[in-house]
Amino acid sequence: MSSETKQILTTDGIPLEVSLKKAEKKNKIKAFLLVAPLLFFLIITYVFPIGDMLFRSVDDKMVTQMLPKTFKAMENWDGQELPDEEVFAAFHDDFIKLVEDKREGKLSTQLNYTKNGFKSIIKKLRRASKKFEEGNYKEQIMSVHKRWADVEYWRAIQRRAPEFTGQKYLKGMDMYVNEEGKIVSVEEDRRIHRVLWLRTLEIAFFVTVFCFLMAYPIAHLLATLPMKYSNLLMICVLLPFWTSLLVRTASWMILLQQQGIVNDFFVGIGLVADDNRPEMMYNKTGSYVAMTQILLPFMVLPLYSVMKTISPSLMRAGKSLGGTPFVAFWKVYFPLTIPGIGAGCLLVFILAIGYYITPALVGGASGTLISNQIAFHMKSTLDWSFASAMGLMLLSGVLVIYWLYNKIVGIDNIKLG
Amino acid sequence: MALKKDFVKFDKVDKSYDGKVLVVKDLQLDIEEGEFVTMLGPSGSGKTTCLMMLAGFETPTNGEIYLDGKAISSIPPHKRGIGMVFQNYALFPHMTVYENLAFPLRVRKIPKDEADKKIDKALSMVSLQGFASRMPGQLSGGQQQRVAVARSLVFDPQLVLMDEPLGALDKNLRESMQYEIKHIHESIGVTVVYVTHDQSEALTMSNRIAVFNDGKVQQLSSPDELYEKPVNSFVAEFIGENNTFNGEVSDISGGKCKVKLSNAEIIANPISVKSKGERTKVSLRPERALINPKDKMDNIHNGKIEEVIYHGDHTRVRINLLGNPEFILKVPNSSANLDIKLGNEIKIGWNSEDARALDPK
Repeated sequence: MSSETKQILTTDGIPLEVSLKKAEKKNKIKAFLLVAPLLFFLIITYVFPIGDMLFRSVDDKMVTQMLPKTFKAMENWDGQELPDEEVFAAFHDDFIKLVEDKREGKLSTQLNYTKNGFKSIIKKLRRASKKFEEGNYKEQIMSVHKRWADVEYWRAIQRRAPEFTGQKYLKGMDMYVNEEGKIVSVEEDRRIHRVLWLRTLEIAFFVTVFCFLMAYPIAHLLATLPMKYSNLLMICVLLPFWTSLLVRTASWMILLQQQGIVNDFFVGIGLVADDNRPEMMYNKTGSYVAMTQILLPFMVLPLYSVMKTISPSLMRAGKSLGGTPFVAFWKVYFPLTIPGIGAGCLLVFILAIGYYITPALVGGASGTLISNQIAFHMKSTLDWSFASAMGLMLLSGVLVIYWLYNKIVGIDNIKLG
Repeated sequence: MALKKDFVKFDKVDKSYDGKVLVVKDLQLDIEEGEFVTMLGPSGSGKTTCLMMLAGFETPTNGEIYLDGKAISSIPPHKRGIGMVFQNYALFPHMTVYENLAFPLRVRKIPKDEADKKIDKALSMVSLQGFASRMPGQLSGGQQQRVAVARSLVFDPQLVLMDEPLGALDKNLRESMQYEIKHIHESIGVTVVYVTHDQSEALTMSNRIAVFNDGKVQQLSSPDELYEKPVNSFVAEFIGENNTFNGEVSDISGGKCKVKLSNAEIIANPISVKSKGERTKVSLRPERALINPKDKMDNIHNGKIEEVIYHGDHTRVRINLLGNPEFILKVPNSSANLDIKLGNEIKIGWNSEDARALDPK
């Protein structure tokens, strides 16, 4: 082929490419203007909050800004023995300023996250600092409480010097940086997050499995029944969508409680003794039952939309060619529903992994998920950076699952409707 | 081995879906081994229902279907060993052409090398060698149809059912596929039951045609007999073009009858009329009537040309004849017929034998 390409001109003598760009420019601007509102909406409500969350989860500037002189003085400290007078004096200066601004409480909260025991000694220091004399701050501060003479506490302060930290992520995995700067797990009896992560995965996995097992026949019925029956069934499937999530969860509480309808029924048919009613709520069972019911439509709809496109003559062809009904189903029908299965499972799993209200209401202690822990830190401990870190860990977990799915099944094999 | 006369037998078969309307009424039909039988009829005439009953996807409400002497109503579809070609091909979209063809062989546990030979043979039969590794989505409509035909034949079934298999193809392709299917049938001698609503397709391909209407077989005979000698006015009107005269039998004797029209009398061949005074519909094929007949024909009448439509190889002429303004003539385009002009008065003649006096309906 010849390397020189002849420029094609329009009848007016303008190069064709230029002319084409000009002609399409208007359409491009129009198209952009049409999507612009949504784009801005997404940036404001989605990209920005997630960015902020990411920032918050690693942001550790607060302490850095509260103790600027201290950290500057600490730059020369090797951390082996107690710091010298220079550091104590700097710390005193910073602290007096904080007391004047009434911000020493925040410092104590922050430092307490790093090491327990700061709260009381900072309170004591505040009271004592009013009578401090100028000079020799080391002696004076150390005399307030014996912890101030403990090098561990000074090291804890020094660890807060960097502006950014990954320690919230470590905490989310029940790990921390110890005094020697190594990453270690917390003691066995204090590991709560790992259990929660595993339980979240477990519940999400089994809820997905239950949803799939129940949704597949329903979706098949929906796709094959005559219109007048399938419409009715479709309404039954969609009914939960039109009911408040809280109402649905609350009705499960009524059904599942020990004196509830389900237990009454079991006792009635003699399955369990009246004085030995099983607990079906405030544990994993409650989470499983309620979440499966609530997430079921998310499995039914993608499956239905895929099954609807499968011609019934394919199953007939399978049978007429000699396949038993099972073979025809397994070799012909089932492979064709895989895009729907993939979409449904991904959707349900991702929704389940971040589910909050239902496990909070019916999950009890053994049925709560990581999202409840996040909410707890958002609302009760006000450790937003830790909540952000866990939120991001959850998000990246979902992305990993998405990536795996893409690797194994292929994301273009997905069909949501 | 003698071919069985009643290889497939519908014995007094009724079918109703809702318990109110009979879709198929008292169907009695024998199909010979190796025969190509077409079920032809308008939509809703019950032809596809019959095919589905034969395939096993519908059960007869009453009566029994026999295949090779065995009652098959209680045999599930996958044990009947009947090949089937569906209207929309029904190829498995997630399998290659090879896998589609291997499906019926695999479920029959046929060893792989033997299966490969059969698949090669079936693919060469529909001239699709080299397409084995394609996916159905990569094939054109005609190629998909051929794969479907090959798949229905690959496991050597005794009987193949085809449910309007060419309905989705364009006209040219449909015609060439008609010949192809006909040749395949002739070369392997399998019994074929074919369903279509396209009469030219039925006439081209079949040994015998069963014309369905209203859940009943109206006539079962060879294509030429069906066209030349329809037994009732539905068949006469459904198959091919047809000129009709409504009248009353005024005389019947010696294999001929006189039919009195509103303003004239014609001589016709009494098929379903028996006595004087009966109402009748006389049916005459357009090509049986001649302009300016030189032979001595027993019906010669004058008509006025109302419309002339040029069709390339022939010209259709609409004539107002004996009170029927829709009388159609097909005139071959030759220089001899130059006097066919709008408004001309011409002489038209036909033999009474070709004018069949049928039920009035």
